[in-house]
Amino acid sequence: MKREISRRSILKGAAAVGAAGSLPMIPFAAQAADEIIVGGLHDLSGFIDFAGIPMNQIMLMAIEEINAKGGLLGKKVKGVVYDPQTNMSLYSQYATQLALKDKAAVVMGGITSASRETIRPILHRYKTLYFYNTLYEGGVCDRNEISLGTTPAQTVEKLVPYTMGLWGKKVYTIAADYNYGQITAAWVKRYVEQNGGEVVSTDFFPLDVTNFGPTISKIQGAKPDMVMSVLVGTGHLGFYNQWAAAGMKNEIPIASTTFGAAGAELEILKPEVANGIITSYGYYPSIDSPANKAWVAQVNKRYPEKTPLLSELSAFTWEGMMIWADAVRTAGSLDRMKLIEVMESGKTYDMPSGQCAIDPLTHHAIRDVYIADLKDKTYIIKKKFSQVQPADTQMVCNLKETPNANKHYEISLE
Amino acid sequence: MDFSLVVAIELLREVAGLILIATGLAIIFGMMRVINIAHGEFMMLGGYTVVLTTKMGVNIWVAILILAPLAVGVFGIVVERLIIRHLYGRIIDSLLATWGLSLFLIGFVTVVFGNTVEGVSTPFSGFAIGQYSVAIYTFFLIFAAVAFMSSVYFTLRYTQAGLIARATMQNPDMVECLGVNSKIVYMTTFGIGAAFAGLAGGLLAPISGVVPGMGALLIGKAFITVVTGGAAVVAGTLSSAGILGTISQAVTFATGPVFGDATLLFVALILLRILPQGITGRIFTRSV
Repeated sequence: MKREISRRSILKGAAAVGAAGSLPMIPFAAQAADEIIVGGLHDLSGFIDFAGIPMNQIMLMAIEEINAKGGLLGKKVKGVVYDPQTNMSLYSQYATQLALKDKAAVVMGGITSASRETIRPILHRYKTLYFYNTLYEGGVCDRNEISLGTTPAQTVEKLVPYTMGLWGKKVYTIAADYNYGQITAAWVKRYVEQNGGEVVSTDFFPLDVTNFGPTISKIQGAKPDMVMSVLVGTGHLGFYNQWAAAGMKNEIPIASTTFGAAGAELEILKPEVANGIITSYGYYPSIDSPANKAWVAQVNKRYPEKTPLLSELSAFTWEGMMIWADAVRTAGSLDRMKLIEVMESGKTYDMPSGQCAIDPLTHHAIRDVYIADLKDKTYIIKKKFSQVQPADTQMVCNLKETPNANKHYEISLE
Repeated sequence: MDFSLVVAIELLREVAGLILIATGLAIIFGMMRVINIAHGEFMMLGGYTVVLTTKMGVNIWVAILILAPLAVGVFGIVVERLIIRHLYGRIIDSLLATWGLSLFLIGFVTVVFGNTVEGVSTPFSGFAIGQYSVAIYTFFLIFAAVAFMSSVYFTLRYTQAGLIARATMQNPDMVECLGVNSKIVYMTTFGIGAAFAGLAGGLLAPISGVVPGMGALLIGKAFITVVTGGAAVVAGTLSSAGILGTISQAVTFATGPVFGDATLLFVALILLRILPQGITGRIFTRSV
């Protein structure tokens, strides 16, 4: 038979390809009764895909690992992954779909606070357990959500006295101009003052600012002992380049609660620009413990190519999966309330990042926090703090008193 | 004293930055009346050219000053042949087409190179003015802006090619009657505009970093500068970059970047209310 290639058939083919391309990644296949569905909502495209792709890779690795050990409750675990494309309406659409159509037992994901606040109320309404594994500004009060990322009270509280002891008491804060930056800058000020120091100035920058010349001159004029950077996003990366170009690299040191949070800064900036910046997170790939070394080796083995950037975000995604799986095994059930009660029981989990427990009052992680110095794209861990409480969220949230809370509090220090 | 010197340098730097990002657009939009929404992505391509070629071992100056404008200029000519030439005189259509092109380029670069790629470090170091220190690269940017403006001015004012280009933009039919192939003039002019965008992207790459979405951070200011300046490439860009850059940067020093950016928009708004055709629509009308 002669195959005709007409304009129409090409158009049809193109349309089919286009339609297939726009479908989510592992969708169709009706859910089999012997499968447990884990939903994944991470930005796999868009401007923060460098954070979302590793989180998704690690989530899938954790699912494979659980299945290799025989699954849960005699069933296989299956990941259903959607790409919300850094688009909030897709986030709400896919969250609804995961809860109602896929009947996911648990949903992992959301990266920016905006995406979390889009899907959290949806998953709360449809009673679908939700893990948010990203560091953020604190303040979520919702018994349906487990927040594993660090909050400012955990990292800033440690970073400020450490760097002040190293460098001096005069601090100049530069921060991104939205709620994460504003709230974190307020915490910086509080901890600096508690430690007998002084914040000489706090400057805020919209996310699209790329020219930091005036600020660098102002910092030079203020002569602080250190700069505390809460800058966010690729636009703000210009600061570090311009800082080094002005020859300030060896004049005034920089500490940061955001630098390298998801790893992108490490990729984009040259070592001579990034070296010496001191940060504080709940996880670094260089943590020297058998559990972490084994985990990093496991990641490298699973992804020999396109090895994910390991950061707090991806490590805590794995921890979220493991904590959830442990709760399912302990409860012997998928019932949401039973799982929540297991996790609220004050269990301590041994994880690559150290020891971690869920605070029953806030559903945030009580976890080990580290301080590290950056040298040639490697974090050198300087100090470890055990079992740090999410003190900021604890100020506003008590799930024992208000178990039905469904709110994100803007924590104000004024 | 030192501080006012530093402020003056930073004001100049901001003006220079606006000139760099706006010159290519002034040629393409101001002269040719093609709304090129992909102008920011042209700059992004220039930045990527610098990053990728220096990684392969090319000298950074060769990469910035030669390869970036060359690569983007050639790309601009291809774009003109494939898309733009069908859309002359159809402003809204060209807007849509170049917007599509801009989305395509962002997506394409993201797929090929990923969302993160290691940048280049800034050549030169800093030098001290009293207690302040200023990047030598800042002076280089100011110098580059001066070179941008003078080369465009010299070409348009004193060369035959410049004369033909200006004439073609005014009346292509008449130019054709005089034996000039206006299609080639359009193509070349667009290519030169694209090359300026590529050069600007290359120049900014060391200080701003290079990511697929960087064009979006630059395009707004580029358009505001060109629209405020009006049709004349040199006088328009110079006057609007001078006014907008100085005022917004002065406010940035006095208060912070939020008010600096807001002031830039506010001043542009007032200027356009008084001078709807741009600065050179009323003043310096006989300039190029």
